[in-house]
Amino acid sequence: MDEIALVNETTQYIKIRMEDETYGIDIKYIENIVRMQRITRVPKTPAYIKGVINLRGVVVPVISLRLKMGLEEVEETKLFRIIILKIDGDLVGIIVDEVKEVVTLVNDEIEKPYHSASSGTPNYLLGVGKEGDNLISLLDITEVMADKSV
Amino acid sequence: MDVSQYLDIFIDETKEHLQNLNTQILELEQDAENMDTINEIFRAAHSLKGMAGTMGYKRMQTLTHDMENVFSEVRNNTIKVNPEMIDLLFQCLDALEEYLDNIQQNADEGTNDNEPLIKALNDILQSKGGAAPKEEKKEETPKAEEPKAEENAGGAKADKWKDIKLTDVEYHVIDEAYKNNMFCYGISVYIQESCLLKAARAFLVFKALEELGEVISSKPSSQDIEDEKFDSDFSIIFLTEHPLEKVISAIKFVSEIEDAVGGKIEPKAEEKPAESASTVPAVKTAETKPAAKETKAAAPAANANHAKTSKAVNRTVRVDIEKLDVLMNLVSELIIAKNSLVSVAGTEVGQNSLAFNEQIEYLESVTTNLHESVMKVRMVPIESVVNKFPRMIRDLSKKLDKKMELYMTGEDTELDRTVVDEIGDPLMHLLRNSADHGLESAEKRAERGKPEVGSIFLDAYQDGNNVVIEVKDDGNGIDVEAVKAKAVEKGKITPEQAETMTDKEAIDLLFQPSFSTAKEVTDVSGRGVGLDVVKSKIEALSGEIEVRTKLGEGSVFSIRLPLTLAIIQALMVIVGDEKYAISLGTIQTIESIRPDEIKLVQGKEVIHLRGNVIPLVRLNKVLDIESKTDPNDDIIVLIAKKGDRLAGLVIDELIGQMEIVIKPMGKFVGKCKIISGATILGDGEVALILDANALI
Repeated sequence: MDEIALVNETTQYIKIRMEDETYGIDIKYIENIVRMQRITRVPKTPAYIKGVINLRGVVVPVISLRLKMGLEEVEETKLFRIIILKIDGDLVGIIVDEVKEVVTLVNDEIEKPYHSASSGTPNYLLGVGKEGDNLISLLDITEVMADKSV
Repeated sequence: MDVSQYLDIFIDETKEHLQNLNTQILELEQDAENMDTINEIFRAAHSLKGMAGTMGYKRMQTLTHDMENVFSEVRNNTIKVNPEMIDLLFQCLDALEEYLDNIQQNADEGTNDNEPLIKALNDILQSKGGAAPKEEKKEETPKAEEPKAEENAGGAKADKWKDIKLTDVEYHVIDEAYKNNMFCYGISVYIQESCLLKAARAFLVFKALEELGEVISSKPSSQDIEDEKFDSDFSIIFLTEHPLEKVISAIKFVSEIEDAVGGKIEPKAEEKPAESASTVPAVKTAETKPAAKETKAAAPAANANHAKTSKAVNRTVRVDIEKLDVLMNLVSELIIAKNSLVSVAGTEVGQNSLAFNEQIEYLESVTTNLHESVMKVRMVPIESVVNKFPRMIRDLSKKLDKKMELYMTGEDTELDRTVVDEIGDPLMHLLRNSADHGLESAEKRAERGKPEVGSIFLDAYQDGNNVVIEVKDDGNGIDVEAVKAKAVEKGKITPEQAETMTDKEAIDLLFQPSFSTAKEVTDVSGRGVGLDVVKSKIEALSGEIEVRTKLGEGSVFSIRLPLTLAIIQALMVIVGDEKYAISLGTIQTIESIRPDEIKLVQGKEVIHLRGNVIPLVRLNKVLDIESKTDPNDDIIVLIAKKGDRLAGLVIDELIGQMEIVIKPMGKFVGKCKIISGATILGDGEVALILDANALI
């Protein structure tokens, strides 16, 4: 056990782009990544719930990460993807601007987030990781989903 | 192998036996002299004791043992059934149920010895007085003989162990054994036909044998025996240094063993002991054969009895509900695949080919049949739930000191297993309600000229794609004014509202949380939890509840449940540019209405149709979507019915009828009242299912 503790523990993240920023989502939550498809609107639900899709016979709700993060909705591009997450056994899709590659980050090198209480918009950050000179904001995805306020 | 793997079966069987006992004891209360009932009770108690013993539940075994003793005396006519005894027996059943609950929760019977009950049972046994013991002795003897007779019947069977083909290796082992002063026996063990845990018995037999020697071969194989792949008997070849009688008696010591017969197997080697032939005739068989003949006359009678009891038990296969779920899902997939074929057939490619269409139609009929049969597999009669109610009403009758009788019909009505599992509690609430609030006191009943004994009815029947269960009583009915007064007092409504409220609306108040009109809170009901829980539970099962009542004459609570939850016939419609499914069950008719037929009443749109004034619900407004129709065109209206209320749902376009598979939408969508789920269409698109009931 001690030996393992000496080796720095790492976590893999999928890098995504939202607007101009790069975010990371812990790979353990990710079930699948699919292209944009027809989303069936569900009436009487909050705006950030875009609707439901058919994922191989399972009806999965899809959420706009842009709206969740307080960003403007934009015209859909070819790079848009739906990331299917599994949280507490339930499937849910989030729409992101672009999916990039997987990165492996050493847990100890992740900086804890600084809270700017004044900014107002929720940021759902677990911390900030470094990949070379680039910074990756690591999303606390369970927090994003649990927050129903937006 | 240990007995824990039989726990599930044990729990199921015990439940059945307890239910049976409950029913039979109720019967006994009505007709104390009925020997059939007494015998049935005795049998059930006996099996229960045996099962509890096998599983090592000592306290349960002790209690059932003492109960069995009492029944045995009743059977022998040395004790008469009296009301106190019935009460005590019911208490014992409750105690057994408690043990069972404990076992179900943590595989342990708990530590309650229920000494008072056991003492009371023994008191009954003692109370039969000094003259009885002699008689008892006399009665005991034939009883003791009875199992022997069964044994004999078994003994007359062939010594199946002779069928075991021994290999050379095994012969070699046997030779070696004899050299070491050990014997080799072939033994056939017959387990009672009625035994439920045959493999467990076999296991116990093997365990007993292990202490005496070594089993070298068995038929069927030990693996098959362990998996219960044998009828009611198995044979073994056994090496031991003990005499055969000792081995046989060790086997018979295991309960529910009907008989064991055996004989010596001699070594194949040349130097046979001089005194014996190749095999010694089965010791047991020889002894008992004459006895078997004597008892033959008694056997048919016993058989007849047996046949009677086995008829009541359904011929069932226990199937894990998860396996059925898998099957159901497969059927769902098939239906989706079929739907997509249907939609392909609608395109140019398919339209030209007649054969293609024929095949599609064939596929359609196959899937429909398959769906129906899978659905039927999941269906169980509501009997299992309602059977406990007569006992409950009996107890309530004593507790509330009101005379009442429960009449049940349609216990064989079938519902989806999941629904049956859930419906018990709501029905119990309603029955308690009827007993407590519904039925009046004896004086009041006399005053009103009603019979002294109040009647409660539980009727179940199938009505199209629904099952209706009604709880009816001939009691007081609901006092609408009292309900209103109570609601005003509780601040739920204002006095002005109470003035204008219809009776129906007032009765609906009863289904609101924490609302009870009982003047005093009793132990039975009236704590204000009840009807609202009943309602939400039934709605969770996609059912509805309705009340009809007449003050002074009684009330009817009517529950309507769908036959199945997963697949429904639906009407596909278009609103704006979206497709929706609406359960066909709620739609009465489809009407085409001219715009000038729409009238306004209190600012709301209504239509006048065949003598009914029906409010219109424009679905595009409910669903926040632009309608694509021209306001001057005729509108398409679906007339939906909920209870006795009608509403006209205005849609843009009708697609047609379709069989759809209901899929849950996941918790992230949150609760949306008007959408009851989603379904996947033939083209892979998701369509939402509108809950018409929520719109009315």
